[in-house]
Amino acid sequence: MIEKALKGSSVYWGWVIFLLCIIGAGFIAYLYQLKVGLGITGMSRDISWGVYIAQFTYFVGVAAGAVMLVIPKYLHHYTKYAKVVVFGEFIAIAAVIMCLLFIVVDIGQPMRMMNVVLHPTPHSMLFYDMIVLNGYLLINIICGYNTLLADKKGLPCPRWVKPVIYLSIPWAISIHTVTAFLYAGLPGRHFWLTAIMAPRFLASAFAAGPSLLVMLLLFLRKVTKFDAGEDALQNVARTICYAMIVNFFFMGMEFFTAFYSNIPGHKATLEYLFWGIGEYGNLVPFMRACIVIGLAGIFILLVPPIRRNPLWLAIGCACVFLATWIDKGVGLVIGGFVPNPLEVITEYHPTFPEITIATAIWAVGGLILTILYKVAVSVREEEQRI
Amino acid sequence: MYDSGKVIIGLLIFAGIFLFPFIYDHGSPAPKPKPSLDTPAIKALPEKKCVEDTQFMITTHMQFLNDWRDQALRDGNRWYVNKEGKKIWISLQNTCMKCHSNKKDFCDKCHNYAAVQPYCWDCHYDPNGSKL
Amino acid sequence: MSMDRRKFLKVAGLSTLVGLGSSGAFELLKPGRVDAEMEHGHHHGEHHEKAEETGPKTRLAMLIDIKALTREKAEKIVHTCHHLHNVPNWGDPKNEIKWIWEDEFEHAFPDSYNEYDEILEHSPFLLMCNHCDEPPCARVCPVEATFRRPDGIVAQDYHRCIGCRFCMAACPYGSRSFNWLDPRVMLKKEMAKGRKLNKRFPTRMRGVVEKCNFCVERLAEGKKPGCVEACPDVMHFGNLADENSNVRKILRERVSLRRKLELGTKPSVFYLI
Repeated sequence: MIEKALKGSSVYWGWVIFLLCIIGAGFIAYLYQLKVGLGITGMSRDISWGVYIAQFTYFVGVAAGAVMLVIPKYLHHYTKYAKVVVFGEFIAIAAVIMCLLFIVVDIGQPMRMMNVVLHPTPHSMLFYDMIVLNGYLLINIICGYNTLLADKKGLPCPRWVKPVIYLSIPWAISIHTVTAFLYAGLPGRHFWLTAIMAPRFLASAFAAGPSLLVMLLLFLRKVTKFDAGEDALQNVARTICYAMIVNFFFMGMEFFTAFYSNIPGHKATLEYLFWGIGEYGNLVPFMRACIVIGLAGIFILLVPPIRRNPLWLAIGCACVFLATWIDKGVGLVIGGFVPNPLEVITEYHPTFPEITIATAIWAVGGLILTILYKVAVSVREEEQRI
Repeated sequence: MYDSGKVIIGLLIFAGIFLFPFIYDHGSPAPKPKPSLDTPAIKALPEKKCVEDTQFMITTHMQFLNDWRDQALRDGNRWYVNKEGKKIWISLQNTCMKCHSNKKDFCDKCHNYAAVQPYCWDCHYDPNGSKL
Repeated sequence: MSMDRRKFLKVAGLSTLVGLGSSGAFELLKPGRVDAEMEHGHHHGEHHEKAEETGPKTRLAMLIDIKALTREKAEKIVHTCHHLHNVPNWGDPKNEIKWIWEDEFEHAFPDSYNEYDEILEHSPFLLMCNHCDEPPCARVCPVEATFRRPDGIVAQDYHRCIGCRFCMAACPYGSRSFNWLDPRVMLKKEMAKGRKLNKRFPTRMRGVVEKCNFCVERLAEGKKPGCVEACPDVMHFGNLADENSNVRKILRERVSLRRKLELGTKPSVFYLI
């Protein structure tokens, strides 16, 4: 099947080469980081996780989002998702690989990475994260490949794949729950120490992953012969809208608890993120934009006549994708370190090599997604011809 | 076979690159390393003997040092009792290097020959040298 | 003995992985506890339950006398520690490594800061790893590079650390430093300006986390921690589990504070005020 990725237009190949160039640049930057150390990034003793871990957290959510298609299709036999589910699973594959890469570039001694397997440590949440992420990658490769292969042959999916697909549902929930547990179990980091972290992660995941999917499906409808179907798109858009509303609702609850209780430690990070503390406030424009863009996204996806316009649908999904990215990919991780345990504020400024490496990992994700989507679209186009 | 010409040329190029080191070094093996024991501390020893016998140290010093490390650092056990029942203080930098004060002519000799770069020296160093 | 124990713990860890092994599950709930009890049992030939009843025989603790501490003494202590452990002085907060450092009451005890108390406000404080009884850093470490020893020292295995910095996020005291760059680069620069290395102690490498180790290498040789030797009137080190120890005697007589007790970490560093 994969050979279908080798035949494409010059635009396709131009895009692939463009991505490869970015990956190459990032690779060189990574070699530099490997040689000199993580000191080339903007991270510091106070802000000890930065862009890499923030992107990791966000893309775990994007990966988990695929389950919003699997549940209706396989638990409720919603057949309108039949042709679309595989595209969700392919997003999950690309996103999980990105997550693993973000971890690899973030650790100080990557050559010792296998220590996690060599010295299994069941009291560390990172140990479980390793298991669930790799497991989720495997599950999605199995499900995505087999369902697509069956479609290509015009046969029903092999029976042994069914249980794996069902397994993927709780597994998707688990990857983002465990990722939330990385943060939500740390004493002394008030912003992260909240029981609602995992639910909020899931809500934003179910908005972020499907919104990327809808944008891509709209794009595919425009440039290929494959049409996901208006009903499927509209329904995914509804899911996104509800998930985003729940996400903002949960965020509001964080505000209530912090500000009504008036406990300084609980308020500090929110104050820093949304208003700034003293002279420090370099995330304020981002976080305020997140609220505005997110609300705009909700509005666009909530009102049926607007949502039915393909252009507005794409814009609405882009808003949701961007707002959840700012929330989780910028504010959540960096914000957790401000103020530090001594209540001192240090700000974080990512460096050029750091951003180059992160961009390259985005490009790796883009490349994997391009290849997988190329294969899937070719199969779907063949089907339609028959 | 399609494109047999191209395939065969490709295979030949691959085989050439792969076999190059063997052909290049044919008949002229690098001389076997002789780690030097010529240090004042070793010379002063009544009997030239390491913690365990020489053959054991040559073949097993890697695992041996790994165990020493874990015992000292993780289990807090700083004493090693050798096969003769002698107690020895566990420390790479303060026990091993006291006698083997010639890292360059001892450790590095074989390590360079075998092209291994143990990460010991990322943190530990020769306490007798003036440089890090 | 120690080899057997290590192998046992490995097996325990692996069996937990497949859902077997009660001691492995126990380790999951109370990291370090199994270790402590096994050590105890081995030393005294006691039975497992008995060891739990009597509690550990050793729990090392540090007392810092704030009344006796001056800025000069603080500086001397910091210098001694950083010399003994070859800690580079990067001179900028971004790459900085510190095992012990001087700070203000306001930062040491942010929740207990009292704007009307001018005595504490102007006193120098020394901050360091608290060697917690329930260390969050050891709980989160995915490779057990940081772990609590049976005697209460929270140790760091630089050979095993993968540099994920999870422990830095988990430590509620900001006691951990990461080697963002190769520490030897800075040490070499400092040596060119006359800094002397402590040749009995290694350096670190880039990409690993480090912190105060209660001078475990000196304790092994029967010496006192470097800070205690530098200022014995300020720093008091001893066994908290022994009723008759010097530290217990002082704690009976003086008022003391510990940092962020509400987090349940049970710090072993006490501030005498």
